[in-house]
Amino acid sequence: MRSHLPVTGDLLVILRQVPHGSSWLREGLDAALVAAAFGQSVTLLFQSDGVLALARGQQSGPLGQKGTAATLDMLEMYDIESLHFDLEALERFGLTQQDLLLPAAGVDASSIPQLIAGHRLVLTF
Amino acid sequence: MRYGLLVEGAPYSSQASHSALRFAAALIAKGHRLESVFFYHDGVYNAARLVAPPQDEPHLYDAWCSLNAEHGTRLQVCIAAALRRGLLDAREADRHGKAGHSVESPFELTGLGQLIDLGRAVDRLVTFAP
Repeated sequence: MRSHLPVTGDLLVILRQVPHGSSWLREGLDAALVAAAFGQSVTLLFQSDGVLALARGQQSGPLGQKGTAATLDMLEMYDIESLHFDLEALERFGLTQQDLLLPAAGVDASSIPQLIAGHRLVLTF
Repeated sequence: MRYGLLVEGAPYSSQASHSALRFAAALIAKGHRLESVFFYHDGVYNAARLVAPPQDEPHLYDAWCSLNAEHGTRLQVCIAAALRRGLLDAREADRHGKAGHSVESPFELTGLGQLIDLGRAVDRLVTFAP
């Protein structure tokens, strides 16, 4: 599934980091959840290494971190359903749409400026 | 214009705090207003009151405090990101049974909702990350 642009909203959160190894992704998702709880319409873009956050079958325990898969499951409850990923990044990791744990739409690198332009506020993690 | 800054880098570990302070000085010099600096992720370490850098390096903590004293810029720190990194004000230290506190005025522990509010209130929110 590809994104049908233009996608607009109050806040675009760009997630560029892997789900384990640092707290970037978790703290980025926290910002998205809080914004949604404040009534903002939130769009997520998983870009670069961030697409790995969407990979199915992640565990938490071994690294002593909570991971982010559980948080991603909560997105729908917060009405965050506008999920996008960088098509080229997904391909680079040898993943396909079937490997993703949530329904998300692919965007070309050339469409990302349009996605950014469609939001009043952009937070990058 | 009204500006807000989001700082996500720890002081002295990355360029983020240095750049944010220089940007703050530049925008104020141009006649703009800096409403607030929000510290998130490792940026919360900027609020550590006990930092003691060598004398020949810029004192980032004092520079933030000056921004507040001279221009009324609020210094807001994400409480969730701060607590898990050992940054507690007197109230939180008491609540968690800790002997000392590491954050004090003019820095204020606050929720992430304040970052969202800031983003809505200002004309530009500029992020400084490592």
